[in-house]
Parts: sequence; C-alpha cells; structure tokens
Amino acid sequence: MAHILLKELRKSYAGQEVIHGVSMDIADGEFVVIVGPSGCGKSTLLRMVAGLEGITAGTIEIGGRVVNDLEPRDRDIAMVFQNYALYPHMSVRENMAYGLKISKMPKPEIEQRVARAATMLELEPYLDRKPRALSGGQRQRVAMGRALVREPSALLLDEPLSNLDAKLRVQMRLQIKDMHLRTGQTTLYVTHDQVEAMTLADRLIVMNKGIAEQIATPSEVYRTPASEFVAGFIGSPAMNIFTIRAEAGTAILPGGHRLAIAGIPASGEVRLGLRPEDLEVTDADTASIPIDLRSVEHLGADAFGYGVIVGSDILLTLRLPGTSTAQRGDRLNVAPFPGRLHLFSIETGKRI
Amino acid sequence: MNRTVFPHKLLPWLLVTPQLAITVIFFYWPAAQAFRQSMLREDAFGLSTSFVGFSNFRRVLSDPNYLNALQVTVIFSILVAFCAMSIALFLAVQAEKIVRGKGFYRTMMIWPYAVAPAIAGMLWLFMFNPSFGTLAWPLRQLGIAWNPLLDGEQAMGLVVAASTWKQISYNFLFFVAGLQAIPRSLQEAAAVDGASRRHAFWTIVFPLLAPTTFFLLVVNTVYALFDTFGIIHAVTGGGPGKSTETLVYKVYNDGFVNLIMGDSAAQSVILMVIVIGLTAFQFRFIERRVHYG
Repeated sequence: MAHILLKELRKSYAGQEVIHGVSMDIADGEFVVIVGPSGCGKSTLLRMVAGLEGITAGTIEIGGRVVNDLEPRDRDIAMVFQNYALYPHMSVRENMAYGLKISKMPKPEIEQRVARAATMLELEPYLDRKPRALSGGQRQRVAMGRALVREPSALLLDEPLSNLDAKLRVQMRLQIKDMHLRTGQTTLYVTHDQVEAMTLADRLIVMNKGIAEQIATPSEVYRTPASEFVAGFIGSPAMNIFTIRAEAGTAILPGGHRLAIAGIPASGEVRLGLRPEDLEVTDADTASIPIDLRSVEHLGADAFGYGVIVGSDILLTLRLPGTSTAQRGDRLNVAPFPGRLHLFSIETGKRI
Repeated sequence: MNRTVFPHKLLPWLLVTPQLAITVIFFYWPAAQAFRQSMLREDAFGLSTSFVGFSNFRRVLSDPNYLNALQVTVIFSILVAFCAMSIALFLAVQAEKIVRGKGFYRTMMIWPYAVAPAIAGMLWLFMFNPSFGTLAWPLRQLGIAWNPLLDGEQAMGLVVAASTWKQISYNFLFFVAGLQAIPRSLQEAAAVDGASRRHAFWTIVFPLLAPTTFFLLVVNTVYALFDTFGIIHAVTGGGPGKSTETLVYKVYNDGFVNLIMGDSAAQSVILMVIVIGLTAFQFRFIERRVHYG
C-alpha cells in the first residue's frame, strides 16, 4: 500500500504527444478510476504507471520513490489485463503463485496466500484447472487473484470487466468494490464505462485526447463538470447541451425563447447544459421552454421524453415520472431547476 | 458452417487422385522396390539376380563400416538439429526486438533456404577448402591446423556448419511465426509479476513455443538424416576415411558407386525403419509434454 504521485506526465510517440501533462496525487488506499472514450490515452497512462510504456517527461512516484526508470518488476505493482493474460500452460494455482515464486517467498506462505485468495474469489474448486477450462468470469477472477496474492503497493486494472457479459459485469463490479474495501489497496482502474467509473471510484480522472479534463469525486464530476466534454461524457442519458445567446443578463434560447439565468455573461454566446432530470414540467405562465414531444420511452420507474424546442431543431431529453401520460405530439413547458444548470465557454469548453 | 456435399462418389476420389498418384509413384513404389531389392542379390555385371532372403540385412548389420555410419549419423543429426534449432530460436527472439528494418532482417534470414543443398555445400567448400578456401588461410594464420581433408573432426564440423546454416532459415521462419502467436500481454504480465526477461522467456515464452519446437524437432531430424546428402556429397564426399559418411550417404555410395544393390537396398529399408521408429517415438513421448494453446 502506498500513495502514488503523478507529476506533469507526458508521453510522445514519434514526436506526437499523446499524453499532455497529467498530474495527480493519489492517496494511500484510494480507488481512482481513469475514464474516457477510446483513444483518450487512459490505457497509456496506466501502462506508464506500470512501467510497460516509457515516460517522455514528468515523474511517477510510488510510495515516495521515483520509479520513472525502474522496470515493471521493481515497481511493486500488480496489474489485471483486459484479456486477463493468464499463462495458458499453467494451472490456476501456478498462475497465482508465479509472481510469489519469483520473489523467492517460502513455499508454505505461497500456499497460504493462494488459498486465501482462492477462498475470497471462490476459486477453490478450480485451482488445478488450466485457464482454457474456465469461463470468462472465472478467468477474470483468476487474474484478480494473481494480482492480489502479491499484496503490491498499487493495483492497476486495465478494463478488467469489458470482456464479460452485462450480468457478470455487475457482479464482478460489486466484488471488486467489496475487495477494495477489504484490502484497502491503492487502486488505479481504467474503464470506458461510466457506470463502472461512477460506482467504483473514490475519485475520477476524466480523460479526453490525452488531457485530464477533470479530477474529482464522482458526484462532483456529475454535479459540476469542469468542461463541456465531461458534462457530455458522464451521465446517461447524456446532458442536453446547446448554444444560447446572452443579452443584458437574460438568455435567448434557440427559437427565440427568453429565460433568466443567473451568472450568465452580459453578452455573447455560451453553451448551456441541462441534465434530463433537472428539467421540470410546468405551466405556460412561468418562465419556461416550450417543447414538442417527439417520442416517449417508458422504462418502468422512469420515462424519458425526447422533444424539440419550439421554433428550432434542438433536441431535448427530459426525465418524466414513470406515471406520466405525456405522449408524442404533446407540447410541454419545461423549466430548469434553478442552480442546476451548467454554462460552458464556447471557445475553451470550460465551465463558467 | 455449411458442409459442401458432392453429389456423387467419384468426384472426391478424382480430386485427391493427383496427390495420391504422387505419393504412390514417388514414395510407396520406390519403397516397395527397395523392399524387393533388399531380398535379392545381383551379380557384378547386373545380368542375373537371385533371391537371398534376409542375408543382405545380416551382412549389413554385422558390417563395422555400417555401424560406423550409424554412429556418424547419430552425432551428425543431433548436432545439426540442436544447432539449427537453438541458433534459429536465438535469432528469432532477437528479430522480435528489432523496431526498424524488421522486414529486411527477416528477408535476409530466409534467403539461405532458397539455396540448393549442393550449392550450399560448394559455398562452404569454397570458403573452407584447405588449399583454395577464402577462410582457410586466415584460420591457419590464427594457428589452427585447418585441414578438413585430413582431420575427420574438422570435416564433421564443416558439414555440420553447412547443414545447420542451411536449415536455420526454415527454423527461423517457424519460430518467428510461433513467437508472434504468443500474446504480448503474457510477457507484460510476467514483467509485472516480477520476472526478468530471461526468466519470462524460459517460463512463459519457451513452454508456449513447444508446439513449434516439437514440429521443428521432427522436421530437423528428418532433414539431418536425408536432406543433408547434397551437402555431404559436395563438401567431404563422406571422407576423410569414413568420418562423415552418414547412413544415407552410405546407401548412395554402396548402391550407385560400389554397385552393391542388395546391400544398399537393405540399408535404405533399415533407414526407413529407423526414421519411422524415431518419429513414432517423438510423437509418443515428447509430444505429451507439448501444450497446445
């Protein structure tokens, strides 16, 4: 267990920079999730921490020790790979004991640790099987076990659940969370799945094109996204974001509707973000946005309405109660909850 | 997948006929001929033959020259197979590490395979012939009494080197393919697990290469037993004395030079039995340790 410090990390391939200076201080025992779309550099960042990719500039400290030039084996880390990377010619037991044998640990202790991990991961019946005789979920657990038996300073997971089916993924997610609570291991977890990111993380790094757009707790990221990218990436269904014009402190929406918004600049154009659940259906008298419903999806507890702002072609998603009787063709007036709207600069995409 | 079903019974036979014809004409028929001939004795002028049963075999197996050829073959085959495979594996592993010019390096490595055995033999002869060899003089300057025409061990070294050189390409190709089939992430996992490169190679990569290695072991054994004839013929002609006379070379020598057809046929039958036995042994006992991914 250790704390990890990333300082201005950069990575270039053949002169092309792909990681543009990521800094973060990860506390001992913290669970940090690196999330972003594919190609954003999240796996590269993790592999740099593991030592599988070189570092172009910046420093990585693990447990107070600069590890920039250390081989992976000298960094005291363990990693779970996306394809699990189990050694196919070794049994489950041998797979888990491999790293321990290399570190010249006495045999009884190896056996004890493997047994303990096997119990925790419910792998005892499979210890003598080869990986190919295991199901996807079992292989995933073996990969977890192989990482955990070594009790490393830091545990790195690279999209560990992406090869599992949806049901198993939920199960394993809960198991990983549970395991983290039990072991208190400093963990870095890469995923593109925002549900995994939101549920597992103590803190999130939202990456986009090699930049850490925001580093914060899941609820902070959700409530106060630092940029338009983060706002659009986190949340399902996605946040409604469109351009509005400011005029003497009021906003002119597409279609010419006026709305008083606190904190809006005196003039110019800005991007307005509204989460589907932050829109309330009101009557036409109050300041509101009229929309024409195009379709309604009933999900049981909730329903999602999709409509266009009258007089424009801007599509809005809004959450309705499951009992809503609204249907296609209805005209609704919706108003954002005060204090729950997000403004972003057009030029920089940053939150205003 | 849909199975294609041919409408009548003749067509499938027709389609495999070319391959069957080749196998029968070039493999089974000569083998049968050898069997027949091994039981016959021919007079010196080739005018009459008589059936002698197994007496050719008896004579061959009690011939000290034959036992010498057997010993030479064992030493030669083990050396060639081991050197050709280990050097090829080393080169293949090194080739994996190259970043720039990988294709060029690989192409250059594969070239020797295109050279015919006799030509390869001549090439080595021109380099190492004690009187006109390009490298013979420098070797003598280094204080080595280089003369493979007199020294049996040097002659053996020369034919082993030439045969190995020629087979490395083939082995290299298969090892490169085998290495590429091993996921990179396995080596990365081993690196994270604390293994040094050397340790990861012997505990992860080498065991996973076993199917390739086993296949090459069988192929190289057969190569060393048969296909090296051209090289031996060009470089040493089995000499000096009989120090590089392998079984297959003796078959040729006795049959086509000394014209003792019966003995030669008996030897080739024995050789066939040896190769079949050896291959069966390899599949029975070594393949068990092979892990197919």
